[in-house]
Amino acid sequence: MTVASVDDAPVVFSDVDMAFEDRHVLRAFSCRFAQGKISVILGGSGSGKTTILRLIGGLVRPQRGRIVVAGEDISQLSETQMYAVRRKLGMMFQGGALLDSLTIFDNLAFPLREHTSMSESEIATEVHRQLAAVGLSDVDELLPGQLSGGMIRRAALARAIVRKPEILLCDEPFSGLDPISVKRIEALLRRINRQLGVTMLVSSHHIPSTMRMADQVVLLLGDRAVSGSPAELCQSSDGRIAGFLNEEVDESIEPPAYAGNVRHRSTAP
Amino acid sequence: MITLVQDLGAGVLQFIVHLGRIALFAASVVRAALTPPSRVRIFVSELFNLGVLSLVIICVCGLAVGMVLGLQGYNTLVRFGAEQSLGAVVGLSLIRELGPVLTALLATGRAGSATTAEIGTMVATEQLDGLRMMSINPIHLVVMPKTFAMVCVMPLLSALFIVFGLGGGYLVGVVLMGVDGGTYVSSLQNAVDYYDDVVGSLLKALVFGVLVGLIATYRGYTCAPTSAGVSAATTSTVVVASVSVLIFDYFITALWGV
Repeated sequence: MTVASVDDAPVVFSDVDMAFEDRHVLRAFSCRFAQGKISVILGGSGSGKTTILRLIGGLVRPQRGRIVVAGEDISQLSETQMYAVRRKLGMMFQGGALLDSLTIFDNLAFPLREHTSMSESEIATEVHRQLAAVGLSDVDELLPGQLSGGMIRRAALARAIVRKPEILLCDEPFSGLDPISVKRIEALLRRINRQLGVTMLVSSHHIPSTMRMADQVVLLLGDRAVSGSPAELCQSSDGRIAGFLNEEVDESIEPPAYAGNVRHRSTAP
Repeated sequence: MITLVQDLGAGVLQFIVHLGRIALFAASVVRAALTPPSRVRIFVSELFNLGVLSLVIICVCGLAVGMVLGLQGYNTLVRFGAEQSLGAVVGLSLIRELGPVLTALLATGRAGSATTAEIGTMVATEQLDGLRMMSINPIHLVVMPKTFAMVCVMPLLSALFIVFGLGGGYLVGVVLMGVDGGTYVSSLQNAVDYYDDVVGSLLKALVFGVLVGLIATYRGYTCAPTSAGVSAATTSTVVVASVSVLIFDYFITALWGV
């Protein structure tokens, strides 16, 4: 089964090569991410999960290939043109990336002040609504440095969705969190996806939460990538897929040499 | 020998590449300044951070340098019976050379390094990428106000340094060594030309402000996103900006006669 059809995919990678100096992270990577669904990019450390999100945001540029985001081929866009595309995106960074000199309230209010003509009272209402939605009603006057890791992730998530993006990118939202915080973030992501209908791309190496929340999983296996629904991947007879999902150590995986297109489970089991 | 030539060539190429990048960076800063929205509030806040917070060090150092100049100048001039020229010696040294140069070096050490460290930390913690993802140009929001604040602050700090230096020279020459106060002030007044010396000095400080501001922000903006990278960028700012100030000082003096 192919999760995303050609026409409605808001993010499409075609033959993308990405290397940092002489270290190849992605090689001839092709993939489509489904409209309005939660797609989780799963893989070990250094497999290129974060790089895929950064490529979508135009924070890094591919050496070769085509990336279409919200109908725009961003591979050739200038930095100035990229700012227009980014208005349709929201990104929750692994470390939060909140502005550390601003309070949590101001961090959320900042993009609204920059890009909308909302009054201060409207901004305050919207910010408090978003903070309440992520369960952070009482921290708006604190600085990011005064919050725990889980609270920073939730504040970053609130900032990422405050302008109601079409595509939400979440970089490792579960890493380093306790099981309760993992489930809380997971529930939040599912609720945001359901309520806003936003296309969500999540990079993660947290297999249980991936299996619970994902509509589509793109599994990066070093030399290839496989895509399918969680159920399809779980039923795979491929030893490396089963090994990764069962969290077994696979010595043959060399992180970043990826080659070949994503094989959807229905077409290339 | 071939390796030496290759290394030299690579070094020269690297230098030229850096110059080109700094020129492009400077162009993007100027372009950002001409693009709305204005960042007046951030600019004023940076004036405070870079200027007001540097006041103590500038005043103390200005006073100390003026006192040393007063003492050395007096001890030298008294041998020739020319201690009545102390005001001119202290004034011209401070206004034409020591004021702008030492202010630039002090501002590099205090404000320049802080600027690089702040921007570098924002790079390392993905705050600048966070801004980009919110469709906010970090050069417009972070770099441009800091650079222009440094440019504006440098002549003011230099003027303050000179004033305190003149006061230090007066303190040692007049109060401690017994030179007549009126003689000190009148020799200073007769020796210093407003346009050639004072305006030239402020222009020199303005050029140093551009240099330090650009180098500090560029180094922070392009630093490796690690704690070691931030540290190296901060050190590099102090070294490169200090050397650049001294080299530019020679060329400005030689070409403009300031």
